[in-house]
Formats: sequence, structure tokens, C-alpha cells
Amino acid sequence: MGKITLKHVNKSFGDVAVIPDINLTIENGEFVVFVGPSGCGKSTLLRLIAGLEDVSAGRIEIDGTDATHLPPAKRGLAMVFQSYALYPHMSVRKNIAFPLKMAGMSEAEQEKKVQNAARILNLTNYLDRRPGQLSGGQRQRVAIGRAIVREPAAFLFDEPLSNLDAALRVSMRQEITELHQSLKTTMIYVTHDQVEAMTMADKIVVLNAGNIEQVGSPLELYHHPANVFVAGFIGSPKMNLIGGAEAAKHNAATIGVRPEHIDIGEGGPWTGTVGLSEHLGSDTFLKVEVDNIGTLNVRASGEVTLRHGDRITLAPQAGRLHRFGADGKALA
Amino acid sequence: MSTQSSRLAARVMVAPSVLLLFIWMVVPLAMTLYYSFRLYRLISPDRTGWVGFTNYLWFINAPEFWLAMGNTLALVGGVLAITVTLGILIALLIDQPVKGQGVLRILVIAPFFVMPPVAASILENLFMHPQNGLFAAVSMSFGAQPILFLQDYPMWSVIAIVSWEWLPFATLILLTSLQSLSSEQLEAAEMDGASALNRFRFIILPHMMRAITVVILIQTIFLLGIFGEIFTTTQGGPGSASTTLPYMIFKQAIAAKDIGRAAAGGIIAVILANIVAYFLMRGIGRHLDT
Repeated sequence: MGKITLKHVNKSFGDVAVIPDINLTIENGEFVVFVGPSGCGKSTLLRLIAGLEDVSAGRIEIDGTDATHLPPAKRGLAMVFQSYALYPHMSVRKNIAFPLKMAGMSEAEQEKKVQNAARILNLTNYLDRRPGQLSGGQRQRVAIGRAIVREPAAFLFDEPLSNLDAALRVSMRQEITELHQSLKTTMIYVTHDQVEAMTMADKIVVLNAGNIEQVGSPLELYHHPANVFVAGFIGSPKMNLIGGAEAAKHNAATIGVRPEHIDIGEGGPWTGTVGLSEHLGSDTFLKVEVDNIGTLNVRASGEVTLRHGDRITLAPQAGRLHRFGADGKALA
Repeated sequence: MSTQSSRLAARVMVAPSVLLLFIWMVVPLAMTLYYSFRLYRLISPDRTGWVGFTNYLWFINAPEFWLAMGNTLALVGGVLAITVTLGILIALLIDQPVKGQGVLRILVIAPFFVMPPVAASILENLFMHPQNGLFAAVSMSFGAQPILFLQDYPMWSVIAIVSWEWLPFATLILLTSLQSLSSEQLEAAEMDGASALNRFRFIILPHMMRAITVVILIQTIFLLGIFGEIFTTTQGGPGSASTTLPYMIFKQAIAAKDIGRAAAGGIIAVILANIVAYFLMRGIGRHLDT
């Protein structure tokens, strides 16, 4: 079981409130991703749940029991750190067995669990090596192995993939998702990379300056961003946010339209000059300098062969326009 | 930076300093060896000649030789045990965040800047002195007789004085090692259910092993030659209770003015140092790798 509830959680360092007031429920078995720009408090929130930081006010419940003042080891959670935090002087086997050893488990039992974890994570051939002799991806797997042998109520991941190269990041992303599907344990995953958030999460929690901006499934956040911040943060390339007279035409302070929801062709309301065009093969990303509005990102198909300086007409797709009020909140 | 020519250039560049260091080492060693087989007394400089191993035999058969050997090893071992143990504890303590941390650390390191004979005199006269010393005052305030440190426990007194001097060195090296331990490792261990004692045993201590090895090796080199502290306090006495190998050599060279015997003692000291170094490297040298 791994249901985690945060009630009015507040964390302040001196006079600075890093997390003013957070309420959140994480259901058992969910893969929850905390995402936000750096410094938004997402790592701090994770460390509060882990028990590595004390909450200044509020309550943390794990499976319905108060865990606010429990020491980290008593919470039944396992954490994978950004630096992996492997013990460099121990072999992979001893690293993975360490939490079991600390729990006073017998050698034979330890070995059985270590072998099992190693098999799941493809580490069987590396058990006698030191962490220093492993590649980044293997170290990552050892860190995960050390977490799964404890059979925790929930896994906490603190930006675990940020030290890996792009290709490895994609494959580890899939491995962690598969691990979640086979273990069905609650996982909380912190990242600043919205692609990781979109691809892995059951539920995304978007954080900004210590506040929750929106909670929802990846597609919910993509289709119905609750405010300008979420609209600009979720989706790649970023949503175009347009203010001023153009927004006023739609009775909004700001309107947003995603690059993939703009059509190029005759009869559109906006005309502009193509600036930068990036040809990725499958897609073409254009930066278009639209008259009276500014630069818009447009995503077109790979066959589009527009060049710098071309004049084009753009039309936002009907019904794909997001409207936001003066307070930044989405308008119905 | 490892093409053929760059490697050759590197060798040529370091050659002069290697040569200089080699001469620096080999000339005194060769001269000591030479004198150790010669009859050479400053009192009768006209009587010279080869004497074979006579100087060595005299030295080894001298009544205080084995005592001096034992004292030398006791001094090295005792000071190492005290400085490493206390050094780890003090390093753990001053690594904690407190106000005035910078000043505190300077205070801890300060004794290392006091010259050895001065340090020995301070401890002898202000702390261990049976009339003026602080320890005597403490003893008497409890109604007990003052302990005659230098008379009754001469070797322990010397060990205590030398430990006081070297403790800051050990603490400083161990503290820097402690500070290089990533906090995430400790947090991971905490999440893994390790108690404070287990975190120290399984995470902190293994991390510090390399620094501990460095402290032991460096201190051993210096401790084998400790002389000033003994000279200013016990003078090797009472009798020869606190005579060490260097002090014995000093007595032959300066008091007895027998350069031949002193040189033989010097060579014995070199052999002893090498034996100690061999066992140290076999015992703890592996911690210097990786």
C-alpha cells in the first residue's frame, strides 16, 4: 500500500516560504510526476515526503497514518537520488543488500533478494563490481535495485535521469515505466523535463514557486491547461501566448495556441514572415514574425519547404484556442 | 598529452629535480654508511680506521638499545592511536554547523603552529609540573597527591605531549575528508534504515579510510624522529626510561662525541623506518588506491 496525503504542508527556510501551502493526495499505485522550473520547490516537496526535511507546518499521512514526524527509515519509502548516492567502497551486491543488512535480515535471505533484484534490472553480471566501474545507466539501475529490495510503500525519484545522455535517458525512462507497470507500487518522480512528465506520468503535478498550479493526467494538462503558466510549461515546442488587441478580439487577456494547432494556408487571419525554420524530417518548426502580434512558433509537416523571408498566412484551428483572463486563469 | 615527444619532453623537464633530490638523499646516506664502519671520535680525532661492525655491535648490545626500540615504537603507536581516534571524533564534532565555526576551527588547528620544544615546555611547566601545573592543582583540589608525570610516567608524558601537537594535523586532514563526503550518500543511508552509528561505521569511516591512511603514513615519518620534546622535558630519563632511538643517537653524537657509533645508530634507525613502512604499506597501503 502506498497512499500519501499532504495536508496544508508548509516549508520555510528562515523567512523564505519555499512551499507556502500544499494539499495533495497520491493514490496507491499511481505514477505521479512533480514537474516545474528549477527552484519551484519540487525537490523540497519530495524531501519533505521522504522525511529528509522537516515540515514547518501541516501534516503528511502515509496509508492514513500520520508520518509527519517519523524518521525517514520508518516511513517505508525508498528514494533514488540525482547523484545515485551509491556507496563507492561497496560492491554492487553490498550496495543493494545494504538496506536489508540494516534491517537485520539473514545473509541467505539478503542474497535471494539481491539476486532477484539483479535479475529484474539486468545486473546479475555486475554484482561484484564497484560503482566506480559501472556506466551511468548501470549505476542508475543499482540505485533502483537498492530501492526495490526494500519493497517500499512508494518510490521517490529525484531527477534520476538528468545525469544521463539523451539516448540512455529515453531507454531508462521506458525501463522505469515498465518497472512501475510490473511492481504496481506508488512512484513519485521529480523532474524539470516536461517530456519525461508527459511520457511517464499517470498524474502530473505542475509546481511553480512552491504552489501547485494544476494536477491532472498528461492529456488533461495538454488539452485543458488551468492557467497561463501550465499552458506555457506543458507542451513542446511551447504554446504561443498572445496578449493585447488580438486577445481582446476573443474577450480574453491572453490567448494561447499550440504550434501544432496553427495551419498554414490562404485565408487565415494572420500574415507574417518566416524567420528561422528547423527541418527535423518528420516535422518542421517555424518561427514566424506575424504582423502586429509578434513571433509565433508553428509546427508544420516535414514536407513544408518554406524558407527565411517567405510571406505566409496562418490560421489557428477552430476550437483549439485557449483563452485566459487577466488573472491568468483559463476562461471557460 | 601522451604523444611520444610530449612524454620525452616531460622526462627531460623533471630530470634535473629528480637528480637533485637523488643527490640530496644519497649523499647523506652514503656518508652515514661510511662513518658507521669507521672509528671516528671527536675527542680523539687522530685515531681513525675501519672497524667493521664494531659500532653496530656496540649499539645493539648497549643496555638501553631494546628499551629505546620499544619506546620509539610505543611513541609512534601511542601517538597514532590517540591522534587518529580523537582526530576523528573532533572532526565529526566541528563538522557540525555551529556559530563561529571558522574561529573554532582555527583554534583547533592552532597547537600545530607552536614549535615542538615550546609546546613541550608549555605542557611540562604549565600542566604537568608537580607544583605549578594545572593537573597538580586539580589533584590537590580533590585532596590527592600531585602526579609526578615526568618522573613516574615519562614515556606516557612524552606521548601525551606529542599527541597534543599532532592532534590538530590529524583533525584537519580528517575534517577535509569528512567534508568531501556527499550528503546524498548519508541521506541514502538514512533512508536505508542505517542508525547514526551504522552510518558512521559503513559510510563515514570507509570514506575517511584514505585520509586516515595519509595521516598515519605522514605522522609515522615524523614521529619516528621525535627528539625536541624529549630533550626539553625528560632528557631521556629517568635513567633511560624515555630514551628513544633518535635520543640514543643524539647521546652518542653530541654527549659521547662518537660519530661512528651515532652513524651506526642512524643506519639502524633507517632500517627500522623501512620495516615500519613496509608493514604500514602492506597493512593499510591499499586504501591509497582508487
